[in-house]
Amino acid sequence: MFRTALRNVLAHKARLMMTALAVLLGVAFVSGTLVFSDTVGEAVKKASAKSFQDVAVSVQATSGDAPPIPEDGQNRTTLLTDRLADQVRSLPGVATVHANVQGRATVADKDNQPIGNDWQNVATNYQPGAGGKDSRYPVVQGHGPASAGEIALDEATAEKSGLKLGDTVRFATDGPALHKKLVGIVHSEDPQVTAGGSLALFDTATAQKLFVHPGQYDELVVAAKPGTDEKALTAAVEKLLPKDRATATSGAALAADQAKMVEQSNQAMSKTLLVFAGIALFVGIFIIANTFTMLISQRSREIALMRAIGASRRQVVRSVLAEAGLLGLVSSVVGFALGTGIAVTMRAVLNANGAGFPDGPLVISPNAVLSALGVGVLVTVLAAWLPSRKAAKIAPVEALNTVDAAPKLRGLVVRNTIGAVVTAAGVAIMLYVSTLKDAEDITPAMAGSALTLVGVIILAPLLSRPLVSLVGKVTTRVFGISGKLAKENALRNPRRTAATASALMIGLTLITGMTVAGVSGQRASDEMAAQGLTADYQVSTANFRGLDPELTKKAGQLPGVQAAVPLRSAAFETDGGSGYGSITGTDLANLDKVTALKFVSGSLDAVRDGGVAVSRSRAEKLHWKTGETHEVGFFTGTEKKEKARLKVAGVYEDNATVGDLFGSTALVDPHNKPVKDEKVLVKTANGPDAGLEKEIRKALGDSPLLKVQDKDALRKENAGSIDTVLNMVYGLLGMAVIIAVVGVVNTLAMSVFERTREIGMLRAIGLARGGIKQMVRLESVVISLFGAVLGIGVGVFLAWAGGKMAAGAMPTYEMILPWDRLGIFLAIALVVGVLAAAWPARRAARLNMLESIGAQ
Amino acid sequence: MSHAAAFPAPARATAAVAARATDLSKVYGQGETQVVALDQVSVEFGRARFTAIMGPSGSGKSTLMHCMAGLDSISSGSALIGDTELTGLNDKKLTQLRRDKIGFIFQAFNLLPTLTALENITLPMDIAGRKPDRDWLDRIVSTVGLSGRLKHRPAQLSGGQQQRVAVARALASQPEIIFADEPTGNLDSRSGAEVLGFLRESVRAMQQTVVMVTHDPVAAAYADRVIFLADGRIVEELYEPTADAVLDRMRLFDAKNRTS
Repeated sequence: MFRTALRNVLAHKARLMMTALAVLLGVAFVSGTLVFSDTVGEAVKKASAKSFQDVAVSVQATSGDAPPIPEDGQNRTTLLTDRLADQVRSLPGVATVHANVQGRATVADKDNQPIGNDWQNVATNYQPGAGGKDSRYPVVQGHGPASAGEIALDEATAEKSGLKLGDTVRFATDGPALHKKLVGIVHSEDPQVTAGGSLALFDTATAQKLFVHPGQYDELVVAAKPGTDEKALTAAVEKLLPKDRATATSGAALAADQAKMVEQSNQAMSKTLLVFAGIALFVGIFIIANTFTMLISQRSREIALMRAIGASRRQVVRSVLAEAGLLGLVSSVVGFALGTGIAVTMRAVLNANGAGFPDGPLVISPNAVLSALGVGVLVTVLAAWLPSRKAAKIAPVEALNTVDAAPKLRGLVVRNTIGAVVTAAGVAIMLYVSTLKDAEDITPAMAGSALTLVGVIILAPLLSRPLVSLVGKVTTRVFGISGKLAKENALRNPRRTAATASALMIGLTLITGMTVAGVSGQRASDEMAAQGLTADYQVSTANFRGLDPELTKKAGQLPGVQAAVPLRSAAFETDGGSGYGSITGTDLANLDKVTALKFVSGSLDAVRDGGVAVSRSRAEKLHWKTGETHEVGFFTGTEKKEKARLKVAGVYEDNATVGDLFGSTALVDPHNKPVKDEKVLVKTANGPDAGLEKEIRKALGDSPLLKVQDKDALRKENAGSIDTVLNMVYGLLGMAVIIAVVGVVNTLAMSVFERTREIGMLRAIGLARGGIKQMVRLESVVISLFGAVLGIGVGVFLAWAGGKMAAGAMPTYEMILPWDRLGIFLAIALVVGVLAAAWPARRAARLNMLESIGAQ
Repeated sequence: MSHAAAFPAPARATAAVAARATDLSKVYGQGETQVVALDQVSVEFGRARFTAIMGPSGSGKSTLMHCMAGLDSISSGSALIGDTELTGLNDKKLTQLRRDKIGFIFQAFNLLPTLTALENITLPMDIAGRKPDRDWLDRIVSTVGLSGRLKHRPAQLSGGQQQRVAVARALASQPEIIFADEPTGNLDSRSGAEVLGFLRESVRAMQQTVVMVTHDPVAAAYADRVIFLADGRIVEELYEPTADAVLDRMRLFDAKNRTS
């Protein structure tokens, strides 16, 4: 029977081509992901191992029991001193010790805009060695910084800023803008810098002044003489360290930690990609099953003959499954090769766009090969399983039928019943989900979505009749007989039409769902950014470290400024650690000038008398009422909590500006070290204007990290950020859609093949080639639109139900149907239909009429 | 649609010839593998006449029909339907010609399974975008005895009924000429006789022109005239044939072929 299977595969090469393509694309996705993550993972591991090559021991300062930030609100204190560095240096086996200060500094470009993200903008001290140079940072131009007025930058940042040697660099660490002269441009291999951050170098004394205290360091990096035992050295260093305020780690341990982190982030990425690859393969299942069903019905006479001459049912099943296995294997091998190509290309493309993946050899692990091939073969065989059962049911007597009986359509009663039950269960769960507020567990939503989707797929043949008829009415009206025939052909085999459309539907459901939820969520968060705000400007810092309250005071005294209201915050736990909260400390005298507060009970005046106000939703959650007093424990940065009693003086409607809880700055400041203004809300006397905006900036230090935004800018701040995510999702789901298109091509090609005689007859009685093409094309469009309508419909429903969960967390959430995008999806389905039909329609139109009429 | 201009209304009442072949040749293949299917055949098919084409397998009878019906190209010579010359027509014009001037009946019925009997009957007119003549349609439907079955799909009809639908389809658009290719080949003798009766009736009562390819002497006996083909040439003609006369001629050819 295996020979029969092999012969069948070879005999139906052309007809199996599309199926093979579906498997191939799915496997390419899987193997591309696996090879890419293996290759990049290996390269990153090697690169990080190299960066720890010269590190024997690393000593890190820790805060221990002391608060991380000292009372004075100034720089942190460490116990890593010059004396300690010297002690370490004198240990046997130590070659060199680098004593590092670590901080963050963001450089301004010519327009005073920050370069890079603060969290990856590294600042450290330049430590000239014996030759007057720091080996870690080879100088490209100029020299290393040697005095308080000097700074050196990495090449990329220097280029981005447009600064030349001798220019003044504007930058900020924490407070107001600082200025230093650019004396050197260096090369850096620091991973944060290669990933897009910046590097600023100062001489040691300056760096200490900026980030710690004179004579203090954050880290000692020890290099050992050759032949020194790392472990022993680490132990020796450890003995010198002040208890609880520093830790020593061997270079090997650091490299291992780093490798583990790389591995984890790599796995997280490949897991995400594999989910999408899985969706693509799932879509492929429909195409494979469809093909085998069609092949078996075409071949039923042949199979009956095999049965008649003595093949058992089991042999028939095995033969079909062997055929599927063979097809799966061949497609998977080609798919794997394609996937490997994709992996290589992907790295090159991502690197060209600045992703910064290190170079390294292509890694093809046996694991990746086996999983990709295994998945490909398994999916194909699994998809062919049901059709193979059908093949086994063919009676031997069918071999004797001379006239081709039209394949009997099995009843859909059982299928429809199962479909109705599954859909109902899915919809019921989603309706339940839509009543949830603040649900943290998304399992029911996921289960409900999956059930709804599967249920609709099962019901698709039933749904195909009314929906296809509806679309068919339009095509009949517009295109006449071609449109009518297209509709009838699409209705001819509801299972086939449904399976083909379902493949497209899956992709579109996910795309639509994510689009609707994403766009709605984006709008909600945009709205929330300025909700309740009556101030003209909101001032904040890009690094979220806040502003000096002294500067805020100065800004408040500017002419034209009515009030500059600071917002500070402190976090606490409630009920002995079972809940968390955050309180906003603000200038209560002027608060009503910058935000519209609506009190449900109590009043702002009562809060001014030393109480706190709670938002309505938080009050409900905590069961707090006006007039009550509750004990909370403020976080201090250490294990200890500072107990405090809060008197509830009022409850207000939720307000995004002040958050869940607010009180006076005097109440919050003791728990907020150092005291910083996270945001400052500015109310002007005569409305916003550009001159005043500049004045405010200046008063607040004019740091490049400073953000002065009016309401419009606040709303737009994150606008478009959802597009990046959605575009990525579209790209990843694109593969599923492409496979679905392959499925449409496949179905049409099969249909044209099966209807050769009809097409011949239609040509004979006078339907022109163009009419035949039109008929096939319209059938394709009808099927595609059916899939699209189902997909968009289900997607919108799931987004509606799931979105209600978000409404709890985001009071401004409201479902928005992005009609433009939905319209584009529908249009794409239309185009997909036309494109998918191109080849089958051409073939149909070119059929030899006489041969076709006589074809069996 | 510009076919009305391309094909002026047939002068059905005046011309006595519905279709004519002059020195019609059809050659398949090239060089050594060349096969002459039709060798300079000249023949006229009279209007309102029922002509049967007979001959052994490979005699060229089907090829003659295909060439005359615009289903196959012509190697040399000429073929006319009404007064339209087929040679030199492009595919689009040929298609229009078939649609508007020719009716077809096939051995294997060739109905569209998705359409009802009535929709199958009006299919050529639907393709042309014309409204069928209601009275004519009713007359045809009642003639072939399908009145109660117009809503049925082909799968719900017997073979004889299906072929009657095919006959009605050919008649409905009142074509210049109907070509029938072994119309009784897939039918039992009773259903076959019915179908042949309808064809004969359409010639008598509706002045329809019918050309039928067959190998069955009984079927040929329904025609006004039988043309015998052998090796791509017309070798014999017989008017007002009877089944026995046709059979005799066929035996004669067989004997000739064997001795030659």
